[in-house]
Amino acid sequence: MKLLKLIFFLLFFIFYLNNVYGENSKVDEISKNLRCLICQGQSIYDSQSEFALSVKTLISKKLEKGDSERDIYDFLKSKYGDWIVYKPDFNKYTLVLWIFPLLLFLFGGFLIVRKVFIKGNKI
Amino acid sequence: MLNLIGNYSLIFALLISLILIIYCFIKFKSKKNLDFNLIVIIFLQFTLISLSFFTLVFAFINSDFSNLAVYNNSHTSKPLFYKISGTWGNHEGSLLLWLMVLSLFSLFFLFKTKKLLSSFRVLTIFFQQIIIVGFLFFIIFTSNPFQLILPTPIEGLGLNPILQDPVLAIHPPILYLGYVGSSIIFSSSLAALTCNYVNKDWAADIKNWSLISWIFLTIGIMLGSIWAYYELGWGGFWFWDSVENVSLMPWLCLTALLHSSSVLEKRSILQSWTIILALCTFILSMSGTFLVRSGILNSVHTFANDPERGVFVLIFLIILVLISLILYFKFNHSETTSKSFFLSKETAIIINNWFIMYFLSVVLVGTIYPIFLEIITEAKISVGPPYFNQLIVPFLIPFLILMALGSKLDWIKNKKLKLNIKKLTLLILSILISFYIVRNLNIKILYLTVLISAALYLFFTTIIDLKNKKLKWSQKISHLAFSILILSIILNSVFSEELSVNMKAGEQKIILNKTINFEKITKQEIDNYTSLIAEIEINQDNKKIKFYPELRFYKVSETITSEADIKTNLFNDNLLVVNYLKDTDYLNIRYQKKPFMMLIWLSAVMLALGGLIGLRDKLK
Amino acid sequence: MKIRLSFIFLFCLILFVAFVFYKSLFDDKNYAPKNINNKIENISIKEFYTDKNFYLKNLFEEETLMAINIWASWCIPCRQEHRYINKLSEIDNLKLVGLNYKDKKNSAQMFLRELGNPFDIILTDTDGTKSIFLGAYGVPETLILDRELKIIKKYIGPINSDIVNEIKTIIK
Repeated sequence: MKLLKLIFFLLFFIFYLNNVYGENSKVDEISKNLRCLICQGQSIYDSQSEFALSVKTLISKKLEKGDSERDIYDFLKSKYGDWIVYKPDFNKYTLVLWIFPLLLFLFGGFLIVRKVFIKGNKI
Repeated sequence: MLNLIGNYSLIFALLISLILIIYCFIKFKSKKNLDFNLIVIIFLQFTLISLSFFTLVFAFINSDFSNLAVYNNSHTSKPLFYKISGTWGNHEGSLLLWLMVLSLFSLFFLFKTKKLLSSFRVLTIFFQQIIIVGFLFFIIFTSNPFQLILPTPIEGLGLNPILQDPVLAIHPPILYLGYVGSSIIFSSSLAALTCNYVNKDWAADIKNWSLISWIFLTIGIMLGSIWAYYELGWGGFWFWDSVENVSLMPWLCLTALLHSSSVLEKRSILQSWTIILALCTFILSMSGTFLVRSGILNSVHTFANDPERGVFVLIFLIILVLISLILYFKFNHSETTSKSFFLSKETAIIINNWFIMYFLSVVLVGTIYPIFLEIITEAKISVGPPYFNQLIVPFLIPFLILMALGSKLDWIKNKKLKLNIKKLTLLILSILISFYIVRNLNIKILYLTVLISAALYLFFTTIIDLKNKKLKWSQKISHLAFSILILSIILNSVFSEELSVNMKAGEQKIILNKTINFEKITKQEIDNYTSLIAEIEINQDNKKIKFYPELRFYKVSETITSEADIKTNLFNDNLLVVNYLKDTDYLNIRYQKKPFMMLIWLSAVMLALGGLIGLRDKLK
Repeated sequence: MKIRLSFIFLFCLILFVAFVFYKSLFDDKNYAPKNINNKIENISIKEFYTDKNFYLKNLFEEETLMAINIWASWCIPCRQEHRYINKLSEIDNLKLVGLNYKDKKNSAQMFLRELGNPFDIILTDTDGTKSIFLGAYGVPETLILDRELKIIKKYIGPINSDIVNEIKTIIK
């Protein structure tokens, strides 16, 4: 009975998902990942400032020209610095940023395994 | 006159602090029992500090502009409620509130722990007084709220209408109760460590203080999100902004501490780990506040401070951290090992702590990494929502499932092993079924399906657990609340809809399946701004909603603010916000549908409620 | 007390963290992007009156440096700085280029009639995208470029007499 209820709910949500979950436009996607440099904590997507509107226009022009998402980010970073992009790149500067929490997780796992299995606790 | 009383009360309180530190140290060494005198002296200190605080409140209420803090932050035309809340809306006043809460918890601690070891209690007061002394020095000598300005100005400077908001007024005190509440956890841990008192009794007590701090932090964080959502009108409630992260980190630490102290209380293991968690909570609270206020982390919360003030706080922090480090390594004894089996509540809580520490490390690294990078390499990067989402969400999936399975395990050894494997099979089966149902698969849809399945599974499990008599109500309610919170957040982010269009009054446009009718604009002059209210109707499938978003043009500061019109009901929020477009009659209209917002707020309240029930149970 | 390795490690870590925080307290918060020495692409921008396209490099005649002032009639600080822009036209060997940002032609012309037109040539950026190629945030901004279109100096915000003097010194 519980299994049936679970399946019913899952079905409902999957179908709802298929109907509603639409693709965001590419411009929206890119501008959500960009920081509005003259605003207080808004993304280019959220902001209606002159700067943000100009950037959005630029993005659609460049997309029309055939530039990739990567090209646009690189271009904007060359003009305004890395910090205009919200998602940090994966390069030698940010290696520690991305890897450190994962390493910590593995280290924690190692400690736990040592404590639970090796230090006198048995299954 | 009042200013003098306020100032000298603090100085006397400082003297008492110094006396207390020496007194407690001597008492501890002599191993005599606690005097009645100690409670009286602490009460006196609390009275002095409260007196100081209330003189400041009176100064604000009476618009006493001879006080510099009042002059900078208040105005005669402010409503009474905001005059009062202006007391803690500035750097100096907020520190005084911190101080009052610190001494309140000292007093509270003495009253509530009468049955515990005497030397431990004395030592806790000793450490708490060290913290109080640090704050008193900082306030009296660098951030004094009782500075005079002569001749007395007629009017104050503090009239920013944007800051006059009820939620914004009560959000700081509630957060402070959370942050500062963790100070007693810190002091108590150091004392227990030194007295070799890290045992069941201590764990039972520390759980109470953790619950108090945790409840206030939960509500405080929720209020901050609510304010951001309703005030900013962007439809978002969490931006992984530095200030938000700084409040989230102690909360995560406290959640882990609540669980770990339960293990310590029941099974007398995990002593070292519990101590570490307890110390980290307060250190995170203080470091976070320091980072935000000193301006190192950019935020709207930065009080304009001199770097010298920041140096003072930094030194104070380092002293506290080094004291903790030295005492930990000096007094920490090797663990008592108890026999536990793998499939037990102890293991489940250890795994819970493991995941929570991972989430904490992601938030911590993401928040402070840019600072380190900039100092070391001069490269400036942003660490924004994509980072946090990408590292946290994948780990949520196993976390939710493990939480559903693990919260019912028995202490020491779980008996009904087969039932758990059956439930796991159920889960895998349902996922496989949904996999077959979803025809047009791409990686994202599959990923989301798994995530939602995990959240749903937790939700159903916690609902079924409500009938389980073996579990405590505080756990059942908190876990159910948490599952609703996570589920609402996930569904909200997946099912949000948005459209943006430029229109002028009198126009009608059809986008997707919605008709937008921009009917008219009403202009009005109010106080110090011009108000432009747009009347816009959205029609979808013959369901009509009328919105009245507002634009405010402030003449003096030449700023324009936009007030969103948000229509809330239990399962969905409809937001409409307009933005001014320069040089045209057109306005940018942004309509958003945000499902389950109300559930997010309610489940947060329910979460705190679970904590409250836990507190009530313990105090019986 | 036995001094353990983990204690020493943590102690050093704490001092390191404290050092970084200490330094960042005194760090200058104004972010000057490293592209101060960047070269700008030789983009073409429409001229204000004729709508003809001009390449930036081709604007140079015998001058060694070019000053591009980004302005707009709706920008209030631009009005206040304009008298100093007028002073820049007195400097020899400096090509003074005006870039009209997201503006209406009539309003811009009225602005110049009222406050003076010091520019050797005026270009127009109606949608703001050209200014992004210059790395601009908004108005007013003034850039000093050499013949290779390398950014020598960037002034964000209105200029004043000190900056005019500074530019005079750079020219020499």
